[in-house]
Amino acid sequence: MSIQNNDVIIGLEVHIQLTNLKTKLFCSCSNDYRGKDPNTYVCPVCIGLPGSLPVINKKAINFATRLAIALNCEINKSMYFFRKNYFYPDMSKNFQISQYNKAGGKAFADGGKITIKLNSHKKDVILNRIHLEEDPARLVHKGSIATSPYTLVDYNRSGVTLIEIVTEPVMSSPEEAREFLKQLKSIVQYSGISRLDLEGSVRVDANISIKGHERSEVKNINSFKEVERALRHEIVRQKNLLKRGKDLIQETRHWDDKRRITISLRTKEFEADYRYFPEEDLVPIEIDNRFIQQVKDDLPEMPNERSLRLRREYDLSEFDSDNLVLDKDIADFYEEGVNSDASFGPNEYKQYCNWLMNDILRVLNEQNKTIKDTKLHPHQIVDIIRYINEGKITTKIAKTMIEDMLEGFSISEILEIKGKKRISDENFLIKLGNEVIEENPNIVKDCRVNPKAKEALIGKIMQKTKGQADPHIARNIILKILEKKGIID
Amino acid sequence: MKLLEYMGYELIEKIKNKDISVQELLESCFVRIEETEGSLHSFVNFSKEKALDKAKLLDKDLKNGKKIGGLYGLPLANKDLICVKDFPTTCCSKILKGYRPPYNAFVIERLIEDQGAIHIGNTNMDEFAMGTSTENSCYGPTYNPWDITRVPGGSSGGSAASIASGQAILALGSDTGGSIRCPASFCGKVGLKPTYGRVSRYGLVAFANSLDQIGTITKCVYDSALMLEIISGKDPLDSTSVDKKVEKYTKGLDKPINKKVIGVPKEFFGEGVNKEVENVVKKAITKLEGLGAKIISVSIPHLEYTVATYYLICMSEASSNLARYDGLRYGIMSKNLSGDVYDVFSRTRDENFGPEVRRRIFLGTYTLSAGYYDMFYIKALKVRTLIKNDFIEAFKNCDAIVSPTMPSTAFKIGEFINDPLQMYLADILTCPVNLAGIPAITIPCGFNSNNMPVGFQIIGDYFDEEGILNIAYQLEQELNIYRKIAPVTK
Repeated sequence: MSIQNNDVIIGLEVHIQLTNLKTKLFCSCSNDYRGKDPNTYVCPVCIGLPGSLPVINKKAINFATRLAIALNCEINKSMYFFRKNYFYPDMSKNFQISQYNKAGGKAFADGGKITIKLNSHKKDVILNRIHLEEDPARLVHKGSIATSPYTLVDYNRSGVTLIEIVTEPVMSSPEEAREFLKQLKSIVQYSGISRLDLEGSVRVDANISIKGHERSEVKNINSFKEVERALRHEIVRQKNLLKRGKDLIQETRHWDDKRRITISLRTKEFEADYRYFPEEDLVPIEIDNRFIQQVKDDLPEMPNERSLRLRREYDLSEFDSDNLVLDKDIADFYEEGVNSDASFGPNEYKQYCNWLMNDILRVLNEQNKTIKDTKLHPHQIVDIIRYINEGKITTKIAKTMIEDMLEGFSISEILEIKGKKRISDENFLIKLGNEVIEENPNIVKDCRVNPKAKEALIGKIMQKTKGQADPHIARNIILKILEKKGIID
Repeated sequence: MKLLEYMGYELIEKIKNKDISVQELLESCFVRIEETEGSLHSFVNFSKEKALDKAKLLDKDLKNGKKIGGLYGLPLANKDLICVKDFPTTCCSKILKGYRPPYNAFVIERLIEDQGAIHIGNTNMDEFAMGTSTENSCYGPTYNPWDITRVPGGSSGGSAASIASGQAILALGSDTGGSIRCPASFCGKVGLKPTYGRVSRYGLVAFANSLDQIGTITKCVYDSALMLEIISGKDPLDSTSVDKKVEKYTKGLDKPINKKVIGVPKEFFGEGVNKEVENVVKKAITKLEGLGAKIISVSIPHLEYTVATYYLICMSEASSNLARYDGLRYGIMSKNLSGDVYDVFSRTRDENFGPEVRRRIFLGTYTLSAGYYDMFYIKALKVRTLIKNDFIEAFKNCDAIVSPTMPSTAFKIGEFINDPLQMYLADILTCPVNLAGIPAITIPCGFNSNNMPVGFQIIGDYFDEEGILNIAYQLEQELNIYRKIAPVTK
């Protein structure tokens, strides 16, 4: 039997934490639980104490409305929350307050779509619905689940707001799924509802089948990057079974991101019956057109519109503008830069785009940073383009200046430093590194949870040397000291 | 006259006038408890020392001319499912043994922290409020102060017995299908179930959250009005509490009722209602007529479906509300930790829930299950709407509806313990009120030939607590039997 690629059917359920909310979905505990001592961000409501009652976070309704508008969904004007009943140690009440579009219930919003482009081919990924629900607690294991001698429960995450985006089963390859998630991520960022770079802010379940056969649902995919990997694995697994003449069964599988395989959790006959029914402790949510209009008016321009506008205003190609708008911070940076010099024309617009998207982003990727983690200012790229176009420096030299630019040095300063001696004396820099670590205990502590905190320490060495330290050596020294102290792996 | 024979509002006057001290009143309650608790078992936990400390403090404040709140240190008995900070609140279930909530319920804040009532202890009840007799308590039953071979009614049996016997002056209860009105009726006292949403449920441990309502059990209607004024109102922590003006209920009691139209639903005097009870209630209706009220006949045609509807809904909700008791975070966990986490959860629940609670969880889980949900739960919701509409229809023609509170007087301990269905049927006259979400009050209207009290139920339209309190007060004054203290004898 031959299996074509377009025989693959993929549907996704994407859970996104609304990390930009200040408080949890049903109580006033802080949402900002990451890196905090376990079970300190809790109250009678989110720990499910007898007698406690949920109260809806109105801002969560606002955020869900933003996303629903951005995704072109049909928002339901009146809806209930439902209880999803099942026993699990991460569930403080042994039911999850969620929304349900059956049994008389309605989702937050129905339908909607995201248009993806792949190999210059456009496709609409149709959404089934989006809905709000509470996040369960976090289960903590020592090492892997299978070998951990214990399971600890940290309720700090319990009750944090999740929004679930359910697509129709309309994607036909892992690449399409990847493009869909790329666009979704961008829309979420533009909507201002979540920071998806935060650990654990995204969880994906994927439904995968080969046309004419039973589907499997792969759970526990904990980042967008893993989705493509998990899908590839699962498609190969299913195809191999079919090739060997075996039947596929409807089952739930678990993505093991360490071993990069899916493992069967349960088959259909053991699927849980969640006994959904209305949550009577909450009153129905009523959403009127005026509210929707108000939210709409407050929404920024979405990536699609922005791409069209950039093409128009800056004469960019579709490819360039699509890439540029994907990350709102980059696009904002771009517009600020090119608008700051009135003499810029189409050539410079294109030049600026190339500098930003190729040269700067490459270095950022190498350093595992976002543009906001650096001191780079839009004007610096304007300057460097001027220097190049005026023949003051060559493009080759300009490219060697990027790391210093990221440290916030102006082009003239860098040229001045370049004239001076680079400090690459390791012993001297180790001494400085140790000083920096001793002087900044809070940043050092932050390094345990925030991978970006170490950049601040490297910056401190640069400061001490007025930017003359060799940044590569400085970086290596900081990393080595932190490793030695067991602060990072 | 002994202190325990006075009404709450009269004791407030005595304390205000410095005829007695807060401490004196409190001590007299504890003396009465000493005398009678061995026969009654109204309480499951006492707060004697803390209560005495507070009484002394209030007396001192009073002496110094400070304000001490409108309840002037009246001793309050609290049902064991309303959370009192740091005090054992166990729902009379083994599974919550030793559990002390870290917070006060809304009503506790209002009554005790704001208005100066003194919490003397928590009262006995059917486990998680599931019962009509207070026999389903992990601490053993409470006995009826009028005849200690009989049940006090339930589930708020301890609260009713404590008021009827003079152990406490004010009591809190909760009413899901009659849990305040049944014991108040069986113990011959005043029981008020407010409109759903009138009083915050924050801190009330849920049995069936779309039906549960906190209310009061008191010696007289005036005391109920007084408590209701204090505990009503919007609470931001309970989304279902309603932001509606709280009337001065005590001020509306004196109004004449000669303009009132009172509906008597024939279905509430049907086959299951004991003849003696019916006669006593009918006599009270003629008294209302004597006060000038117009008596008309009304109909609640779907009454016969209410018990089935009520039990389907309350069990479904209970199966979910009680899921959280798994021993992991609080309460008791099985000592046998073998097997996986589900084994430990199951064992914990199996060992520590009583038979009635387990029965309701089983049935409720069943009725919410795939394939049965539409057949049972959804259907019950539809009938609930019909019952609600019956009342809305009836209130187009009358100001209040009256009936017996219970189809019988208090039955013997153990009489129905092995016949749960018979026990469920006793809720027929009270549970329709919860299904509709309207308010109702019961007052004693006489005694049967065994000298057991008969309860008279007055049902009001949504948020018309003022109206039913007014009628109840006028009838109470006319009947003038409310001062009788139960003898605590066989």
